[in-house]
Amino acid sequence: MKTVARYAAAVGPPITFLVLTLILWDAAVVLTGVERYLMPRPADVWQAAREHALTLLRAAVLTGSAALCGLCASILLGTIVAFAFSQSRWLRRSMYPYAIFLQTVPIVGIAPLVISWFGTGFASIVVIAAVISLFPVVTNVTTGLLAVDRTLAELFAVYNATRRQTLLKLRLPAAVPYLVAGAKTSCGLSVIGAIVGEMFAGYGAAMPGLGALIAQTHGRLETAYLFAAILASTLLGVLFFSVASLAAGTILARWHVETR
Amino acid sequence: MQPGTAACADRAEGTDAPLLVEASGIQVQFGPLWAMRDLNLQIRRGEFVSLVGPSGCGKSTVLRLLAGLLPRTAGEIRVAGAEPSVARRHQVRVSFVFQDATLLPWRSVAANVSLPLELAGVSREERACRALEALTRVGLADFARYYPQQLSGGMRMRAALARALCNSPELLLLDEPFAALDDLTRRQLNEELLALWLRDRWTGVFVTHNIAEAVFLSTRVLVLTPRPARVAAEFHIGLPLPRSDELRGEPEFARLVGAVSRALRACVQPPYGSDQRPT
Ligand SMILES: Nc1ncnc2c1ncn2[C@@H]1O[C@H](COP(=O)(O)OP(=O)(O)OP(=O)(O)O)[C@@H](O)[C@H]1O
Ligand SMILES: [Mg+2]
Repeated sequence: MKTVARYAAAVGPPITFLVLTLILWDAAVVLTGVERYLMPRPADVWQAAREHALTLLRAAVLTGSAALCGLCASILLGTIVAFAFSQSRWLRRSMYPYAIFLQTVPIVGIAPLVISWFGTGFASIVVIAAVISLFPVVTNVTTGLLAVDRTLAELFAVYNATRRQTLLKLRLPAAVPYLVAGAKTSCGLSVIGAIVGEMFAGYGAAMPGLGALIAQTHGRLETAYLFAAILASTLLGVLFFSVASLAAGTILARWHVETR
Repeated sequence: MQPGTAACADRAEGTDAPLLVEASGIQVQFGPLWAMRDLNLQIRRGEFVSLVGPSGCGKSTVLRLLAGLLPRTAGEIRVAGAEPSVARRHQVRVSFVFQDATLLPWRSVAANVSLPLELAGVSREERACRALEALTRVGLADFARYYPQQLSGGMRMRAALARALCNSPELLLLDEPFAALDDLTRRQLNEELLALWLRDRWTGVFVTHNIAEAVFLSTRVLVLTPRPARVAAEFHIGLPLPRSDELRGEPEFARLVGAVSRALRACVQPPYGSDQRPT
């Protein structure tokens, strides 16, 4: 009974807020008489979502896979780059500033460029998702590999650890929580990257991703459908974030580090 | 401040053991700051020497020098006749206990304790065996599979001690290992540490702010001056061994503690360094 009450207390307020918002939204649309192609009613969105459920699901799966591939690529590549940075002061000095600087390049700007290089297909979307999610991994893991506690480094030195031993048994394990934190940030970015990429490239009308659906429905003024597509994108983002949080929690628990 | 060393009456036994540590005229400079200027130190095998001195005077720096972790600006240090960093690689098994436990959070207690052996390339079976033995000695055998986060502060310190003992050290350097503990736990660990020393007779160099602790554990107490560190006074602690916690109630113990405190106060008082934190 207690747990039910607690559950209700946790879920009750946001649900109430949602219902109220929907009612207000609906009332506002009806009362102001605004055009439906500018602002659909909640029921219209629901209708569109049900009508195009299969297309939306397929699009979400497609976008999700592209984002996932991009994310995996960025984690792998980012770790390798960070490792190189941590091993060579010269490399770090000359290139690390750019790694930070490049983080601020807006992905919307380079998406068309990537598409003109890699074509309007799945590959381009993966590349865009990977590029946007690469830098958090690079900067976090580099920091983690370098920010080893001084006393721990001395501990290894006292026991005559070789460079290799210090790397394998101290630096790399100590960087894992940093990698997890970086990957968590990248996770959200990869979904955004995939959707933005698709808005430019799509996969052709036969098999659109969520970004392409957004672009198409916007073009055809199918606003209710557009809302449904945005909703699906949001849900995809939430899914990514939840899975990432869960994975992060599991890994950090295994690492026995306090969760930040 | 009296120059050189002011030796105390209580001459201890066993002064003919071979020298393990010989340091003369050590100077250490951190940028413009002199941490040490003309420090002299001699430690015989089997001694337990405590260093006390005002905060920031360079006690940790002494231990780092002996472990070969820090370069010096000038002076000679010999550990078993060799450069400290060479000695720890080839001549003497050295262990270090830091002020905080410095356990690796992703390793179990047993895996933490056997780290020195692992780094030395000892086989897995022998490692497990010796780690368990070291853990038993500090009373943590039941916690071998735990992780550092699951231990209390005192238990973590014990684990750190077990790790230091695991490689059967000949020279054990301890930097305020019990500073973060409550008085009761500290006194209990003092007794345990002394028993471990009596059993294996490694050479101990122990840094502390707690004078009673220094007197209780040591065969010799060195009082260091404020930075730049020099040995201001030396006390041979002739209290009989083995020692138990009751010793702290004895008049002789109180007398020695008083003498060391006075020496410490005498060397701190006059030119109170502008950037010196009070202890
Ligand atoms: N790596 C370093 N770089 C610069 N200065 C240092 C460094 N290590 C120590 N010092 C300086 O050398 C002096 C002695 O430091 P040390 O840590 O040996 O003091 P301590 O006697 O152990 O002090 P405490 O009792 O507070 O631990 C301090 O004034 C400190 O500022
Ligand atoms: Mg210190």
